[in-house]
Amino acid sequence: MSRYSVFSLVRNAFSYHQNWQRAWRSPDPKREYDVVIVGGGGHGLATAYYLATECGITNVAVIEKGWLGGGNTGRNTTIVRSNYLWDESAALYGHAMQLWQGLSQALNYNVMYSPRGLLHLAHSVHDMQEIQRRGNAIYLNGIDSEFLSPEQVREMVPFMSMEGRYPVLGALLQKRGGTARHDAVAWGYARAADAAGVDIIQNCEVTGFDIQDGTVTGVQTSRGRIGAKTVGVVTAGHSSVMAEMAGFRMPLESFPLQALVSEPVKPVVDCVIMSNGVHAYISQSDKGELVIGASSDAYNSYTQRGSYDIIEDTLQAICEMYPLFTRMRMLRQWGGIVDVTVDRSPIISKTPVRNLYFNCGWGTGGFKCTPGSGHVFAHSLANGDMHAIAAPFSMDRFNSGALVDEGAASAVAH
Amino acid sequence: MFLISCPWCGERDQTEFHCHGEAHIARPENSLEMDDAAWGDYVFFRKNVKGVHLERWTHDHGCGRWFNAARNTATDEFLAFYKPGEAPPADLERVS
Ligand SMILES: Cc1cc2nc3c(=O)[nH]c(=O)nc-3n(C[C@H](O)[C@H](O)[C@H](O)COP(=O)(O)OP(=O)(O)OC[C@H]3O[C@@H](n4cnc5c(N)ncnc54)[C@H](O)[C@@H]3O)c2cc1C
Ligand SMILES: [Zn+2]
Repeated sequence: MSRYSVFSLVRNAFSYHQNWQRAWRSPDPKREYDVVIVGGGGHGLATAYYLATECGITNVAVIEKGWLGGGNTGRNTTIVRSNYLWDESAALYGHAMQLWQGLSQALNYNVMYSPRGLLHLAHSVHDMQEIQRRGNAIYLNGIDSEFLSPEQVREMVPFMSMEGRYPVLGALLQKRGGTARHDAVAWGYARAADAAGVDIIQNCEVTGFDIQDGTVTGVQTSRGRIGAKTVGVVTAGHSSVMAEMAGFRMPLESFPLQALVSEPVKPVVDCVIMSNGVHAYISQSDKGELVIGASSDAYNSYTQRGSYDIIEDTLQAICEMYPLFTRMRMLRQWGGIVDVTVDRSPIISKTPVRNLYFNCGWGTGGFKCTPGSGHVFAHSLANGDMHAIAAPFSMDRFNSGALVDEGAASAVAH
Repeated sequence: MFLISCPWCGERDQTEFHCHGEAHIARPENSLEMDDAAWGDYVFFRKNVKGVHLERWTHDHGCGRWFNAARNTATDEFLAFYKPGEAPPADLERVS
């Protein structure tokens, strides 16, 4: 694999950029792998990358039914932050935040991680109490966050309407929060994993598991059987469907979550702005589009589209808070299927089937944790025992009652 | 966005309704003998099917009453609406 650099850019310019090496191979599946990862989203690809580069396991396949990042990874609003309430979450999302900082260099691929600052607005006394409680908890966990007065918010976002329907009483700012380019994260991990020996197999759907005496031995796919000593399922919204194939149920429900982007305009929003009480959040992409996120539909569905009443709700809030945008036109709208747990925390876990692991339940907010999730999941698969950071996120917590309740930190804002 | 037929009021806009998830989950009667796994299963674990889903709705901004619906979660097509206490229509799988 040739490295990307300023020199390779110049070299390829001489042949009019016609001879760039393909970013990853497209191999036929082997008969058997040490580890098969089901799902070629960011989390699955990151898992494969860390297995191959850190755990010494290179006989790995990632099996994706569509195209890489075609699930929630390529559909999300790309917000990265780690300002969660509980210690377990701080460890997990903080771990991801550390990895984001050096990710482009590690992968030799520009994932465009942009720590442009993330504002969590408070619109009511209740919101103020919530951000103060969370802000202080985060601070004790060594994660940066600052309280802003309304004046400081006005200084950062001069065009925001601070009074009226959604008055701004204060905000919590995480300066290292921001965005990253979602496709680049999938492609960067894919390219680096491929270079380390991982087989990436697209257009291949897993249709069943081979299970002998309670141990998984392989997967059935649309391209035949593929043997595996260990299987990691990282299929987001379809995790319940996968679990049913393996003979158990998950503490998950799948909902559509949608987002929309506007026509591109000159730079105007230079941070990410969200609030828990208002079902709309906003940032601006490097192309100039306003990227607007909404809340999920409140019914189970696998249809990858959202309902119109949510769009209306979202845009009324945007127009109310940012009168400047009332005449903007929206270009595109789409949905993804998010797998939601009751405590709004992920599931990184063993299952009732031996050597079959699940990494799911990231719901509306897992993009930000892609590096951390892949890293701890890879180490868990390699050791046959859950990594210390992953252990509290076992699916057993729904039996024991040891939930990691992040409802307040992630209910609306992603 | 759906059109939903409340068994009492007839066809209305989805925004008048609220969905309450999987239907026909009976509260266990032997709670004293249940272990953690059985409780966990009752409280948190769901079928979350891709296909025909039997689910509970309330008509919040209408009559306020509960009812059940059968909907194909792969297409969002409603297959049936029925009152609490009634059994789901028998031929649902065929429709999907
Ligand atoms: C509109 C929207 C906005 C969001 N905004 C944010 C945000 O701002 N910040 C944030 O942190 N998170 C956000 N999220 C959540 C985030 O997108 C997800 O948590 C994260 O991307 C999940 O990554 P993943 O790799 O686990 O899943 P995915 O990217 O969904 O990958 C799962 C893959 O599994 C494949 N698959 C499924 N079934 C099979 C099968 N049988 N065989 C083979 N392959 C299969 C799918 O095709 C898919 O590619 C948002 C989500 C949505 C939908
Ligand atoms: Zn009614």
